Amino acid sequence: MSKVMTWIDERFPLTALWNSQWGKYVAPKNFNFWYYFGSLAAFVLVLQIITGIWLTMNYKPDATKAFESIEYIMRDVQWGWLIRYMHSVGASMFFVVVYLHMFRGLMYGSYRKPRELTWIFGCLIYLALMAEAFFGYLLPWGQMSYWGAQVIVNLFSTIPVIGDDLSLWIRGDYTISDITLNRFFAFHVAALPLVLIGLVAAHLMALHETGSNNPDGVEIKKQPKDPATGLPLDGIYSHPYYTVKDIVGVIVFLAVFSIVVFFLPDMGGYFLEANNFMPADPLKTPPEIAPVWYFTPYYAMLRAVPSFLETQVWGVIVMGAAVLIFFVLPWLDRGAVKSIRYRGRLYKSFLAAFVVAFLILGYLGTVPVTAWGQFADGFPFYAADRATVVSRVLTIVYFLFFVLMPWYTARDRTKPQPTRVRWQ
Amino acid sequence: MRRVACLLLVLLATFAGIASAEEEGLRLAPAPVNRLDAESLQRGARNFVNYCLTCHSAQYMRYNRLTDLGLTEAEITDNLMFATDKIGETMTVALTPANGKAWFGNPPPDLTVEARIRGRDWLYNYLLGFYRDEKTATGWNNLVFPNVGMPNVLWQLSGGNKLVSTEYEDHEKATAAAIAVKGLSMVEPLKDHKYAMLRVAPDVAGTMTRTEYDTFVTDLVNYMDYMAEPVRNKRIHLGIVVLLFLGVLFTFAYALKREYWKDLH
Repeated sequence: MSKVMTWIDERFPLTALWNSQWGKYVAPKNFNFWYYFGSLAAFVLVLQIITGIWLTMNYKPDATKAFESIEYIMRDVQWGWLIRYMHSVGASMFFVVVYLHMFRGLMYGSYRKPRELTWIFGCLIYLALMAEAFFGYLLPWGQMSYWGAQVIVNLFSTIPVIGDDLSLWIRGDYTISDITLNRFFAFHVAALPLVLIGLVAAHLMALHETGSNNPDGVEIKKQPKDPATGLPLDGIYSHPYYTVKDIVGVIVFLAVFSIVVFFLPDMGGYFLEANNFMPADPLKTPPEIAPVWYFTPYYAMLRAVPSFLETQVWGVIVMGAAVLIFFVLPWLDRGAVKSIRYRGRLYKSFLAAFVVAFLILGYLGTVPVTAWGQFADGFPFYAADRATVVSRVLTIVYFLFFVLMPWYTARDRTKPQPTRVRWQ
Repeated sequence: MRRVACLLLVLLATFAGIASAEEEGLRLAPAPVNRLDAESLQRGARNFVNYCLTCHSAQYMRYNRLTDLGLTEAEITDNLMFATDKIGETMTVALTPANGKAWFGNPPPDLTVEARIRGRDWLYNYLLGFYRDEKTATGWNNLVFPNVGMPNVLWQLSGGNKLVSTEYEDHEKATAAAIAVKGLSMVEPLKDHKYAMLRVAPDVAGTMTRTEYDTFVTDLVNYMDYMAEPVRNKRIHLGIVVLLFLGVLFTFAYALKREYWKDLH
């Protein structure tokens, strides 16, 4: 074995690569629950790629056959149902894991110097993931696939001057059609996965260059070295310590994942929408077009912004800004400490308000705007629907978390950050 | 940190509650189906091919898949198929979409996955919700699906229903009356803040008693629910096995983690 490794290492830096990226990578020893979601996201990515390859073997990207081929996979292909459910549930679980991973970053200030590029690569992964999910959702060619894609592509047509030509260029046709299905298939199975894998590699390499943050925000690289081991005082090797720990995380995740796949594969309509079991019909608009749950916070914002100067583009701008604003986070935060453990009340309140706003917007995006009824006449708001007014307020809360961050993080009464991590 | 997690859980639970409390007015009775009752599923398959599969196709459902229900291929060929079909074929019909559109206003939809679109409760109540209405082209209307194009094809079995509307002075009383029906009902606003409670009631007897017809519909819905996802029973069974396996794997993986981490101080 060692002879083989020597032979390879003389020709390719396999051992060096393994050691720099994982084997001899030194991580803080105080990772908690929230630190499972990075490795879980990588695990789900692999799961999606493998199940995706097997789905591609029987799926037909053809407007007259796509819907049928999904039912063929669900009924006639050996284990096709399991592969399909793993892929459709996996898509939703990918977002669950990524949202929790991002929330971890917010809580412990993982985006801050020196990890700005790790954060930016992460934001790019999030964008690519949204595109991947959007392209993939058209493929079953059900009513929600079709009309969801119609709505999203039409967003581009609100852009002044070039809008109509742009959306025509994206679709390749005047409506969503077989041509659109084929190009979305190409993006979903080839282009975006390549981009995602590249970005994930960059995300990990950047992380392993700076070293990991931790729940205390202590920079272990600045600590004195333990004379016995030569490692920072609070550092341990990822392998075997985090290898064996992350295996436990993966098994627990698989249990949750299996509960959904085997007992609730459509998750009451949130993971697989009921209307998507109806084949796409370009002549029949469904009464309610709702995106899948992971897009609903942004969809609620889109619906909440009123049209102005005879254009709807403002909602699209707000929605885009809500996603892109994550990129500048490292430069908005002026807190004396990184971790929520040593932040003051101001930061904690703003983070809590942000999370609550995000969740309620997510809920409101799944229901019609009339869900919460209407205000009585004469109520001093410019919208009648209660849900719309609430969405507007929460959209403002969402943005205030970022816009006011330079102010409240600098003003916050923080506690002193320790020099050693708190552990056990 | 625990407090944050608790708060999030409470919020999620609240929204789940709100989400399920929607759909005003119409009250559906739960369909009393049992996915493990093979006899009910077999009767449902017979009901489906005899009464539905003349206008509605089930074009993704193969006849030989019915062996799932404990039938042999010979039993399927002899009892559930037309002579011209082959056992490996799917359940198609001779009615073309063009004819369907001409005769019913809309082509009758394919029913393979209808139970996943509508839900079994909807289907059950729909089949019990027909009532006589002179204003429609078919002479029938439906409380669950107003002005539906489909005629009440099962009326000879079920007999006829009429719509019963009772007026109540407020929403609360109408809702209380709707709950008391213990079945399909609807609360509808009227003028002057009054409310009507609507339900269907039998007026003409059919060849079946109401209990027999209810069983007939239950079996049919049970079958349609199976047909929408034939693998369901297998999926649930396998899920239990997988979870047990993961439980065993977890104990080993956790012991391994403990063993390594005990060296760290």
